[in-house]
Amino acid sequence: MIETVIFYIFAVATVISACAVVTVKNPVHAVLFLVLTFFTSAVIWMSLEAEFLAISLVLVYVGAVMVLFIFVVMMLDINVARLREGFVRYLPLGLAVAVIMLLLMLSVVTSDVFVLDVGSEPLPKPADYSNTKALGAVLYTDYVFAFEIAAVILLVAIIAAISLTMRKRTHTKYQVPSDQIKVRKSDRLRIVKMPSVEE
Amino acid sequence: MTVTLSHYLILAAVLFSISIAGIVINRKNIIVLLMSIELMLLSVNLNFIAFSHYLDDLAGQVFVFFILTVAAAEAAIGLAILVVLFRNKRSINVEDIKELKW
Repeated sequence: MIETVIFYIFAVATVISACAVVTVKNPVHAVLFLVLTFFTSAVIWMSLEAEFLAISLVLVYVGAVMVLFIFVVMMLDINVARLREGFVRYLPLGLAVAVIMLLLMLSVVTSDVFVLDVGSEPLPKPADYSNTKALGAVLYTDYVFAFEIAAVILLVAIIAAISLTMRKRTHTKYQVPSDQIKVRKSDRLRIVKMPSVEE
Repeated sequence: MTVTLSHYLILAAVLFSISIAGIVINRKNIIVLLMSIELMLLSVNLNFIAFSHYLDDLAGQVFVFFILTVAAAEAAIGLAILVVLFRNKRSINVEDIKELKW
């Protein structure tokens, strides 16, 4: 019973904050509502016994990706009024597309044709069951190649993000310590021999 | 009354539809477009986790793990492109990006 109450509370919170993400005027508020959406989804994932992913959603998504979003949104000088142009114009179209897609998906999910015989609650796990341990055991054995590809994808993302945003400043002055150390007296100093002039 | 698999699937479908609507109505604002894509990935992840729970199979959670990885990489590169775009054009309006339009 308590699971049902928790599910409904957090499902409603997720849907409301997701609606706020796509409708609020200020992009910073949209990012913060997206953070709220991730938090409530993490609670729902927790109730589905996916503890590791719920924690990593909060840590990785809210802690890293959303903070990056907030940084970028606050760094850019955004003209909100121009970005809102056409919001009212496209609202009916957007709602129509969304409602049609929702009805299609609901007709599949709730129909008798596409019967899911997995509706019953699975057996509860024993008390010493660790979701993180089980996930790690699968991840490092069956899915080890996919895991390594994921590592390569992250590396590519790091290199791409840095190489995209790095810019060489040509007009700044800076020191080159190795050149300073390597310099010899003959490089800098020129001794000119000239006759002394008598008065 | 207990929570069944259909409840989670319906919630995920609602989330997905909201993000579709967000993509259509916020087509000028590239930041909200990126955030709608994140919402879409979230709803798909909810589907994966619900099936993983009710089918008692950990493969779904492994998939969510990889989706999270790819989504983080995508967000990082997308925001980097956004920063470069803003640096060059002083604007992130989708209508100002028309160099490739012939």
